[in-house]
Amino acid sequence: MENEIKQFTVSIYTENNIGLLNRISAIFQRRHINIESLNTSPSEIEGVSRFTIVVNITESQMKKIQGQIEKQVEVIKAYFHTEEEIIYQQSCIFKMKSNLLFDERQIQNIIKESNARIVTVNRDFFVIEKSGRKEEIDLLHRELSVFGIMQFTRSGRIAVTKDEMKISTMLLALEH
Amino acid sequence: MKETQTVQNNTKNTEATERISGSEAIIKCLLAEGVDILYGYPGGAIMPVYDELYKYQDKIHHVLTRHEQGATHSAQGYARISGKVGVCMATSGPGATNLITGIADAQIDSTPMVCITGQVGSHLLGSDAFQETDIVGISTPVTKWNCQVTKASQIPEAIAKAFYIARSGRPGPVLIDVTKDAQFEEFDFKYEKCKGVRSYKPVPDTDKNTLKAAAELINNAKKPLVVWGQGVILGKAEQEFKAVIEKAGIPSAWTILGASAIPTSHPLNVGMVGMHGNYAPNVLTNECDLLIAIGMRFDDRVTGNLETYAKQAKIIHFDIDPAEIDKNVKTDVAVLGDAKASLEALLPLLNANSHIEWHQKFKDLYNIEFEKVIKNDLHPTKEGLTMGEVLKEINIQTKGNAAIVSDVGQHQMIACRYAEFNKSKSNITSGGLGTMGFALPAAIGAKMAAPDREVIMIAGDGGYQMTIQELGTIFQQKVPVKIVVLNNEFLGMVRQWQQLFFDKRYASTEMTNPDFIAIAKGYSIEAKKVTERKDLKAAVKEMIDCEGPYFLEVRVEKEGNVFPMIPTGASVSDIRLD
Repeated sequence: MENEIKQFTVSIYTENNIGLLNRISAIFQRRHINIESLNTSPSEIEGVSRFTIVVNITESQMKKIQGQIEKQVEVIKAYFHTEEEIIYQQSCIFKMKSNLLFDERQIQNIIKESNARIVTVNRDFFVIEKSGRKEEIDLLHRELSVFGIMQFTRSGRIAVTKDEMKISTMLLALEH
Repeated sequence: MKETQTVQNNTKNTEATERISGSEAIIKCLLAEGVDILYGYPGGAIMPVYDELYKYQDKIHHVLTRHEQGATHSAQGYARISGKVGVCMATSGPGATNLITGIADAQIDSTPMVCITGQVGSHLLGSDAFQETDIVGISTPVTKWNCQVTKASQIPEAIAKAFYIARSGRPGPVLIDVTKDAQFEEFDFKYEKCKGVRSYKPVPDTDKNTLKAAAELINNAKKPLVVWGQGVILGKAEQEFKAVIEKAGIPSAWTILGASAIPTSHPLNVGMVGMHGNYAPNVLTNECDLLIAIGMRFDDRVTGNLETYAKQAKIIHFDIDPAEIDKNVKTDVAVLGDAKASLEALLPLLNANSHIEWHQKFKDLYNIEFEKVIKNDLHPTKEGLTMGEVLKEINIQTKGNAAIVSDVGQHQMIACRYAEFNKSKSNITSGGLGTMGFALPAAIGAKMAAPDREVIMIAGDGGYQMTIQELGTIFQQKVPVKIVVLNNEFLGMVRQWQQLFFDKRYASTEMTNPDFIAIAKGYSIEAKKVTERKDLKAAVKEMIDCEGPYFLEVRVEKEGNVFPMIPTGASVSDIRLD
């Protein structure tokens, strides 16, 4: 089982440091592991950043990489989880020609059914935003692409775990 | 001393400040960290700091090397023999990039080192300015930690953190890049030593249960084998280690960087493991019922093919670095923590034992190795000097008290196999990175850190020429290192592989060498060349008796090979004796 390739979502709590992204991505790059998605943001703790990285690797590789990440001086803690252990979302934005809204009436149905929303409309273009799982976003992309998409972008995955992460208590302990 | 005292006072009284420049602050920080020697090379972007070094030259000795790579290896040699942090300095651009090989070497061999580089002014960052290079980006994968400082006020904290990180936990190199404007800028200076970094836990907690589990395995083992590494030396755990193996009566083998932690002559010392290690510990790795790894990292040169490495044995792994556990070899019991504390706590849990029959196996296999390899290496009867007999002569005449600084290649394997050590921190060599050119500058650093010790550098004719310019440093600084070049007019180890695995196609391994004696004499270094066995003893004596630096070239047999040998991809127990 340890050698089966699975999708892992890695959550890394770090100090807010300029060079850290480079350090962390180098750990994957050096082992020829492709990063499927990467997101950095503030975390629930003030002054602490959170990286969310998605990779497809074996569990034994994942454990070694977790060790290498935690070894970095400015990394506080790294966790990895399978899809079943997390609640996750991605977000995407489509820019499309405004006339489509009137000429292709099914677009409105697609937007409604996919739980997307229109962010803005002007004379030339309108913008759709959708948050959800990657498959939902892929489906929406497929459905809209027949009408022509002017621009499309999708964010990295963000995730929270179903179980508690004891990072705050750990940090408090470190402070003393 | 006045300046140092001011700094010390500041350390105590955090309110007191003085207005100084960033570059003066760098010097004061180094002094506060106890730095007495640093190795470096000046240039445009680090000039303000050199200007301060000029003012502080009675307190801090700057050694001008002949290349920045030399500065790093000297700092490494200094660190390896003393256990203190080595310090080196360079300018931006090429000065900084020239540090990389030494930094990578220090990273893989866990050597505490602080590198300070100058950088172009912060307003020029990213503009491809003259001698600008992204050294923080470049050095990231080979440093334990690094940072760029663009304001003078950031200097004290950055340097304090650098020293703390370099020396604590599993040691390693750190780099601080200081922009030129930060060096000029004046600020209110105060210095406080770093006592901890929130996100960094240098020594993991030791779980008492793992110690109990380890002790139980050791007490029940019939055929235990210890393999120790540099962790014993870095953790200053030599005494605790000796007590443990003596009480439990365990045959103990070392990795190349673990050498000298206990004396070579210790009855439980069964030699070196790995590719050119000793026959008995390699073969018996695949026969032991318990392998106890202490402060080592199961490098591929140690394990050979992992699929067939100690599969029959239970594995205990003592290490300070959690990332090393299960990295290469799956362990049954992992004891995290500092080697000294762990071994001290382990000792009372162990039963006294002797394993006499098991020891006999090591002796039997040693005898086979002696007949097939060692005898010919150390007591050759054929014409042509061997590298081994040079080592034997050095052992005899230094009585095993010298520190041996070896380069990389055949002579390194011979030096590590045959050098006799009485004292810890005596085997200084580039283990993990295998950096040719390491030895000459590293020997300079080692001798300067331990002037009372005999420091003998041993290199091949290839590696010697990679950093031969450091003879200039020896000449200028009058460093009395002894330089031994074992000249076979080949890149010997590569040639050996070509002979064994590439049908003797000697592609670019033959060397047409210069007159090494003339070169040494050009630097006013006494020099001698030995081509015949009968002259060896007297020449080694002359070298050791010489008060200054000395260069000894020994012409050894051209196509000698190092055995035993585990071919790449083979199992440790398939080690070849010829």
